[in-house]
Amino acid sequence: MESRSYMEHYSMNLTLKVWKQKNADSRGNFETYQVKDISSEMSFLEMFDVLNEQLIREGKEPIAFDHDCREGICGMCSMYINGRPHGPWHGTTTCQLHMRAFKDGDTIVVEPWRANAFPVLKDLVVDRAAFDRIIQAGGYISVNTGVSVDGNTIPIERENSEKAFAAAACIGCGACVAACKNSSAMLFVAAKVSHLALLPQGDVERKTRVLGMVAQMDKEGFGSCTFTQACEAVCPKEISVMNISRLNKEYLLAGLSSEK
Amino acid sequence: MLDSKIPAGSLEKKWTDYKGHCKLVNPANKRKLEIIVVGTGLAGASAAASLGELGYKVKAFCFQDSPRRAHSIAAQGGINAAKNYQNDGDSVYRLFYDTIKGGDYRSREANVHRLAEVSVNIIDQCVAQGVPFAREYGGLLNNRSFGGTQVKRTFYAAGQTGQQLLIGAYQALERQVALGNVKMYSRHEMLEVVVIDGKARGIIARDLINGNLERHFGHAVLLCTGGYGNVFYLSTNAMGCNVTAAWKAHKNGAYFANPCFTQIHPTCIPVTGDHQSKLTLMSESLRNDGRIWVPKKQNDTRKANDIPEEERDYFLERRYPAFGNLVPRDVASRAAKERCDAGYGVGTTRQAVFLDFRFNLINKYGRAEASKQGIADPDEGTLIALGKEVVKEEYGNLFDMYEKITGENPYEVPMRIYPAVHYTMGGLWVDYELMTNIPGLYSLGEANFSDHGANRLGASALMQGLADGYFVIPYTIGNYLADEIAVKPILTSHEAFETAEKKVNERISTLMNIKGSQTVESFHKRLGKIMWEKCGMARNAQGLQEAIKEIQQLKKEFWSDLRIPGGTNEINPELDKAGRVADFIELGELMCIDALQRNESCGGHFREEYQTPDGEAQRRDDQFMYVSAWELKGEHQWELHKEELKYEEVKPTQRSYK
Ligand SMILES: Cc1cc2nc3c(=O)[nH]c(=O)nc-3n(C[C@H](O)[C@H](O)[C@H](O)COP(=O)(O)OP(=O)(O)OC[C@H]3O[C@@H](n4cnc5c(N)ncnc54)[C@H](O)[C@@H]3O)c2cc1C
Ligand code: SF4
Ligand code: FES
Repeated sequence: MESRSYMEHYSMNLTLKVWKQKNADSRGNFETYQVKDISSEMSFLEMFDVLNEQLIREGKEPIAFDHDCREGICGMCSMYINGRPHGPWHGTTTCQLHMRAFKDGDTIVVEPWRANAFPVLKDLVVDRAAFDRIIQAGGYISVNTGVSVDGNTIPIERENSEKAFAAAACIGCGACVAACKNSSAMLFVAAKVSHLALLPQGDVERKTRVLGMVAQMDKEGFGSCTFTQACEAVCPKEISVMNISRLNKEYLLAGLSSEK
Repeated sequence: MLDSKIPAGSLEKKWTDYKGHCKLVNPANKRKLEIIVVGTGLAGASAAASLGELGYKVKAFCFQDSPRRAHSIAAQGGINAAKNYQNDGDSVYRLFYDTIKGGDYRSREANVHRLAEVSVNIIDQCVAQGVPFAREYGGLLNNRSFGGTQVKRTFYAAGQTGQQLLIGAYQALERQVALGNVKMYSRHEMLEVVVIDGKARGIIARDLINGNLERHFGHAVLLCTGGYGNVFYLSTNAMGCNVTAAWKAHKNGAYFANPCFTQIHPTCIPVTGDHQSKLTLMSESLRNDGRIWVPKKQNDTRKANDIPEEERDYFLERRYPAFGNLVPRDVASRAAKERCDAGYGVGTTRQAVFLDFRFNLINKYGRAEASKQGIADPDEGTLIALGKEVVKEEYGNLFDMYEKITGENPYEVPMRIYPAVHYTMGGLWVDYELMTNIPGLYSLGEANFSDHGANRLGASALMQGLADGYFVIPYTIGNYLADEIAVKPILTSHEAFETAEKKVNERISTLMNIKGSQTVESFHKRLGKIMWEKCGMARNAQGLQEAIKEIQQLKKEFWSDLRIPGGTNEINPELDKAGRVADFIELGELMCIDALQRNESCGGHFREEYQTPDGEAQRRDDQFMYVSAWELKGEHQWELHKEELKYEEVKPTQRSYK
């Protein structure tokens, strides 16, 4: 990321090639748009706001895209920008990407996430409900409300707690899937398996959890992991592929013991 | 008429007594009772999961593509609980007292005490779910301090506390979905409440993918739909946050309480230009370690690091020596505005103050780290480098976010911050059981008006959302549903559903058929500007009267010149937004009416006519010690109902943080 103590701001004109698709059943195509006087201080989605306002005024259809928090935490935004999920900045969601990443005269190509398990609903909007179903298959600790012991009863080694936190930072955006040539959801699943396996509270269900979640991942039509590590490179929360190794270990152990 | 149903007995015993005596529903009957939960933020997800666990048949709704994306996810700094793990004198009573005082004596004692009581259970619950709170080296839970308190009672997970708590609640919810106890409807927006024989019996929801309207029955309906800060257009809220669900309830007779009580948060990244779509919070927890200042000289254009120590005005430390940088939000925001208005602001727009970490980087963290590592006589550079590592662990994501947005590195230059709209204390009026004045219609979390009075203390919204959902509603709803077990599910062909759906349909086609020339966004921006200028950080009677007229005019223009592209039966974000902005316009008017009616200053509501000689808020307890609960009577017409607040435990005094 570009950073100076006091930034000079500039304005730019850009060409955008954006994927347009009416709905899940229709075929899509790229449309070309021009935007003018875009400030380097804008966020990438604010640039899209400007374009959409312009399109509405011209009586044309605006571009549908998902977004909500615009703070890089809800995981809703999901644009594939110039061949990279979430665009050029490392560890950054689409909504946190700012226009100073681009310069006057640039052409920017924007597509939706592409994966069989994430069907396009319209333009840049995809259906990621498969991720919720993977969580339903075991991504939790089975504890009912109101039956827990005092929070400090079980001390947790700070290192493990930090590792669990780092894995739990996943925002469920799906960039890892979009970046993977096999459309594997391994990094997402591994992040959840690791988060819970690293904590004593998650220990009891660790076997059923990993088996259930992996089975659901396969069922949803995500591809298998060949460890290209493309996922880690684009993950906005910098979730480490070490989690995938941990998942593999958990899976192996669970498989072995369930064969008995 | 307004019965808050506060149980009798001494303050500390009310909740225990209530739980001991409320009616129960037996397990076999629970299976026959259906509950609709609108919203899956901390309040909704925790309620839906807990009610599903109890055996009720639950349907949950959210407008995002997954329940995990509710706005609660964005909460940064932490969640309060009276655990006293730091042994610094905290207790349930102190948390109760701080919250009452922080709210400037405009909240209910009984509710707040219950909140403080259950706060401790929340932490236990979250830890059991696997929420990775920050820990000490010894493996025990860590705490930080927040504004308006002198103890360390805030639990946190770096600057992502809301995310971790919501993921915990979301996972509990998905577990109930897997077990078949909860049915989840994502990308659905509730657009009408169905009331039959005076009781809430269901909703009309719109499938945001294909535009279809759906009818859903429930023996009870819970609105957990968050706050309405986006009425100001620019706020720290997520783009989709809205008042629509609460407003539909209001239009069906539910009272709206204290609408003008909004919280302006002191530490947000300042506005840069017209393109701005939202404002980003820099968590209050940063005020633990950051010192707020402006230059002592007016219109000083030097860079922050070039201004020597003796030419800096640490105005919060100067004005409020006892609490310093940790005064409550309303106080800190007004103090920053005062400095900027007086010409001491910094940055290109002069509408900003500095939040500076250098002092603590060096003196607090740097020195501690140096002594831990046995470095004798470290120079400043070493101290800064060591301090940075610690600060990165505590707030790394916030510093990164600041840098991504501004292009400046806050480890090296102070952050520039300015107050922004953040939270709404007002909301649907609810009684002690969280029920609105419509039987069977409940409201939880930020959507209700309950526990925070005229100003919310930091790290208390997450606490309230989870208290409502995990620990309050599972009891109070039983007290109502116990009398509903004989009620068979009402068929959605019932004429009340028919009429409600028709109403929604007609409104959508009216909106689509205006076919005017102005975009939804442009109307929203204009509304925001009126609200910010005339019903924002400082208000006066004249401005409010003007605002009311301007908003009425804006409403006319909206309904005659709006342009919505696209169709009804497809994904159409412009249509979704149009419905929300239409409701914001009506709410905006009510907020101004409420602010005009309240001839006093309290908490976040600062009426310029009512201030002490040194510029502090001047409450008028003799006349305004009440909750204003508004009933809609017709277009532009509301009737005020007052719920008197009785203080039996705490003696209201002028709030002082000096
Ligand atoms: C940037 C930021 C940081 C914050 N940090 C803190 C903090 O550190 N500590 C703290 O205590 N508080 C903090 N807060 C406040 C706190 O996050 C919120 O008050 C709280 O999370 C609100 O939770 P909720 O469950 O009431 O609503 P939300 O989380 O807003 O959830 C609302 C839900 O309702 C749904 N919904 C809304 N309308 C409809 C409709 N018509 N139909 C269907 N569904 C609908 C949404 O889809 C969503 O699921 C912060 C707030 C912000 C903005
Ligand atoms: S692992 Fe990373 S890229 Fe994948 S869903 Fe989680 S945050 Fe997104
Ligand atoms: S909009 Fe929430 S992460 Fe981008």
